[in-house]
Amino acid sequence: MKFTLSWLKEHLDTQADAATVADALTRVGLEVEGVSNPADVLKPFVIAKVLSAAPHPQADKLQVLSVDAGNGPMQVVCGAPNARAGLTGIFGPPGATVPGSGMTLKVAAIRGVESNGMMCSFRELELGEDHDGIVELPGDAPVGTAYVDYAGLDDPLFDVSVTPNRQDCMGVRGIARDLAAFGLGTLRPLAQVYRMEPLEPVAGDGPAPEVRTDDPEGCPAFFAQAVSGVTNGAAPAWMAQKLKAIGQKPISLLVDITNFVSIDLGRPLHVYDRARLSGPLVARRARDGEEVVALNGKTYTLDASITVIADDAQVHDIAGIMGGAHSGVSETTTDVLIECAYFDPDHIALAGQKLGLTSDARQRFERGVDPAFLDDGLAIATKLVLDHCGGTPSAITRAGEPPLTPRVIAYHPRRVTELGGLHVAAERQARILLSLGFSIGAITSPDAYSDALFATIEGAWPVTVPSWRRDVDGPADLVEEVIRIVGLEHVPATPLPRAEGVARPTATPEQRIERKTRRTAAARGFAEAVTWSFLSHKEAAPFGGGAWVLANPISEDLKVMRPSLIPGLARAAQRNRDRGERSVRLFELGRRYLADAERATLTVLIAGEAEGRGWRHGKARPADAYDAKAEALAILAAAGAPVERLQLVGPGDETWHPGRSGKLGLGPKLILATFGELHPETLKALDVEGPVVAAELYLDAIPARRESGRARPAFAPPALQAVRRDFAFLAPADLAADALTRVIAGADKQAIVEVSLFDVFTGAGVPEGQKSLAIEVLLQPGEKSFTEADLKAIADKVVAAAAKLGAVLRG
Amino acid sequence: MTDIDQLQADLLAAIAGAPGLEGLEACRVHALGKQGVVTGLLKTLGGMSPDERQVQGPRIQALRTAVTDAIADRKAMMERAGLEARLATETLDLSLPTGGIGGGSVHPVSQVMDELAEIFADLGFAVATGPEIEDDWHNFTALNIPDAHPARAMHDTFYFDKADGEGRKMLLRTHTSPVQIRTMVTTPPPIRIIAPGRTYRSDSDATHTPMFHQVEGLVIDKGITLGHLKWTLETFVKAFFERDDIVLRQRPSYFPFTEPSVEIDVGYTLIKGKRVIGGTEPDGWMEILGSGMVHPKVIAACGLDPAVWQGFAFGCGIDRLAMLKYGMDDLRAFFDGDLRWLRHYGFAALDVPTLSGGVGA
Repeated sequence: MKFTLSWLKEHLDTQADAATVADALTRVGLEVEGVSNPADVLKPFVIAKVLSAAPHPQADKLQVLSVDAGNGPMQVVCGAPNARAGLTGIFGPPGATVPGSGMTLKVAAIRGVESNGMMCSFRELELGEDHDGIVELPGDAPVGTAYVDYAGLDDPLFDVSVTPNRQDCMGVRGIARDLAAFGLGTLRPLAQVYRMEPLEPVAGDGPAPEVRTDDPEGCPAFFAQAVSGVTNGAAPAWMAQKLKAIGQKPISLLVDITNFVSIDLGRPLHVYDRARLSGPLVARRARDGEEVVALNGKTYTLDASITVIADDAQVHDIAGIMGGAHSGVSETTTDVLIECAYFDPDHIALAGQKLGLTSDARQRFERGVDPAFLDDGLAIATKLVLDHCGGTPSAITRAGEPPLTPRVIAYHPRRVTELGGLHVAAERQARILLSLGFSIGAITSPDAYSDALFATIEGAWPVTVPSWRRDVDGPADLVEEVIRIVGLEHVPATPLPRAEGVARPTATPEQRIERKTRRTAAARGFAEAVTWSFLSHKEAAPFGGGAWVLANPISEDLKVMRPSLIPGLARAAQRNRDRGERSVRLFELGRRYLADAERATLTVLIAGEAEGRGWRHGKARPADAYDAKAEALAILAAAGAPVERLQLVGPGDETWHPGRSGKLGLGPKLILATFGELHPETLKALDVEGPVVAAELYLDAIPARRESGRARPAFAPPALQAVRRDFAFLAPADLAADALTRVIAGADKQAIVEVSLFDVFTGAGVPEGQKSLAIEVLLQPGEKSFTEADLKAIADKVVAAAAKLGAVLRG
Repeated sequence: MTDIDQLQADLLAAIAGAPGLEGLEACRVHALGKQGVVTGLLKTLGGMSPDERQVQGPRIQALRTAVTDAIADRKAMMERAGLEARLATETLDLSLPTGGIGGGSVHPVSQVMDELAEIFADLGFAVATGPEIEDDWHNFTALNIPDAHPARAMHDTFYFDKADGEGRKMLLRTHTSPVQIRTMVTTPPPIRIIAPGRTYRSDSDATHTPMFHQVEGLVIDKGITLGHLKWTLETFVKAFFERDDIVLRQRPSYFPFTEPSVEIDVGYTLIKGKRVIGGTEPDGWMEILGSGMVHPKVIAACGLDPAVWQGFAFGCGIDRLAMLKYGMDDLRAFFDGDLRWLRHYGFAALDVPTLSGGVGA
């Protein structure tokens, strides 16, 4: 919402300057997006008269002018075709910066002739599009006067962001009312502003125009008045200047009047050319598929949820949003119908959203216009038309009923203290509410206030909400009204009551797992990434596709809620490799979006080298599935998962390499992680190069630890030294190593406390189809040391156990 | 000089002159071996008269001690020289690189979330979470956002072609505020929570990404006022930015789910053309938080009696907090996974924010 200081002062009697107004606007909740003054850059440009014009000796298209800008004749070279003796224009002296070009003027020779400044066009001054020649002002324009003063351009422009609740501040008058309540000045009576004392409907004598509403839901009220015999010329200077100042191009008098009233009073109107209408104008629902060409030249296809204004032949207006081109006014218009309607805000909002069409009218109707202002709005519009376009008014048609039931709120002034934390005296509160247009019982205006009358109100105040404040519907809203006018800065900061003792821990077990695993992954050399929660169909497909697909994605790439964190990380890894990174270690902690739930997941991914080349170990080592397994186990251990009980449960699903991936579970049903190499088809679908290995950790599957107090069991190390024994077995090549270590561990559960595999070998000396597995067993004696016979017996049990899996002790 | 003195002098000279450990051993055998000269002298003691033994005994014992000590000293010297000679050959070029995997990093968004959790834990706020795939009741209706509100439009909110069991439209939450609702519905007051998390809006340009992070705060209790809101936000902002000279400006504003609603600006100082949060005489203001007293209709929608319970809520962008504190200037880079950026703006694994160690790194 834009307006100038002088426009504001039409409604607000104040001496405040721009800075004071801007500060007050911010304080009352009207956010100032900007304050600017076009005069700031134009100040040096002055009115000047061309005394004489002579041809330039060196150039056909240039002239040498003698110009008087108030200090006697000066020589100026000028290329404008309209430059001539006697012309009064705008002169830019040396030192002035031309807004249109950004060039700073200086005394310079142009084709050998000295020029002491420049005569300007409107476009060069950014005051219009006109560039046919230099500005021609009326001959009586005072030479030497700054142009901005002459043209009244020294007028600060405010750009205010009006929150969606403030219907009233979509008009300059509403803003003036807020500022008056704040104490910045006095609100002038509206009748005085429009010189219509008293402000009442304009009487007409012709027959009232035939209008009605067949859609009382979308258009509860449709008021109209016709004026015949008008002349649609140009807007008067005061109106054109205001509109231009806020960036609106004057179009024609009739259109400008509606635009002016819309911005001045927040009251949109529409004017139809009666010559283009056939039959009565009716507010009704559009028919599905019905079309209208709007004033912006575009064709809109409507449906039955959208209210329109139509005659017997066609739609003439998308109600409350934009008029139709067919019946719009033109220079030849002589008979007009002025529409002043009340449209239901929700209908307008939904229709506007559906059509993707915004307009000044929509912005006002969807916030809600003042339903009690239809007669006044129509009167003001008709008066302006009569004053400036002439013509004869008709009688007024009032179809339908605007919603006028007043809202009364029972309000205890102590609520300001209870909710706002600020004590404001009751009388002050009453004056604030009255100045904003609220009534308190019988006190209906600030002028009507008296202590005696105020004293008659006991208990809760019956506060009547003004018709232009549909946002106010409860005591909390009134608290806000009082506090924003008093000033939020007066609310004292009050500490929240603090629980006794030190702050208590707040993290849940899930949050603790997330924190530990995140920082473990980082400590293990992984950089944490945050990637999009949505993927393309193609990226989701190798992961079984997504259960959640957006109906209105920004793009096809960001459409499917991710079923895995791998695609985002793999794509990020590839981008890094494309930049020359040889080893990419990334992780992400986020959610997978499955059909039944959002699941907390930590995924680590290594792309390229696991270990770079080096002088100690030689060539680089590409990442492999064991790297992924190591990370999975380390991070699960940090999360407190019982890693010693984890089993390898089959390969991963079709996402993964069938021979180089596995799941880690506490049994086949409770899977905590999948790890390994990605399937080549997965790499292809994600468009990434291998090797890529990953481990996806299902954090929500990690069993909760049983809390049994902080104390640990007593420390009881074994009394006797443990004994190590090595065994080498020849085993079938396809035997899983952990199957062997598991049976060995079970061979003597008393003595064997640890089994570890330390070598795997195939090749010379190992028969085809077999492999050699070297295993160390740690034996812990109990009460007394092992005898040779004990050790022999244990070794026999180990060998026998291994034999069950086809593993034979190597000779 | 007696023969014993002479012998001692000869033996000590031989020990001192022994060329190596073998020569020294030969000296030892010659003097102290079974057939050694000193051993031989010791054996003569048995055949002496007591008087003679009285005289010769100490002299011979002294001889033995002197020789034994000299051999031990000489041996230790030789061994030390040998060790030194060996060590002199055992050199490594320790300027060679040791390589190894560089440390990883924690994303600034995670770090800031941990900082928030730490600061608010001290004020008694727990961390709450909720689903990102929400229904329109929790995301809009319960928050007093009417059906025609523009935020509900398709150009603002991501929808799914799905409804839940109660026919509520499913969508991606547009803010963390639905966690307020879920908390109030399930937890009896008093309530103090923050709710950080991912949020989504159909928006993509230089300063907006379709996915971003927010943190929500909620206090529901008896007698909570705007004054408590003011104190809490001032306390939080000062703790988060680790400065006491931060000035906040409160402006009346509008959110459907709060009444009164307050927009919070933080003062900044211009230092070398950059906006730095803080300074008692700010050069300007930046919007950082939306807040207000929870709307009575929202409290009622959650099944609580607004005549008994009231409180405040606030929300702010975590990405933006991170940018203001740690100096990133491009939001889109947050979600790109560029290792160079993650190393530059990321945090070490052990940079855990704590009250005692500080909530900044």
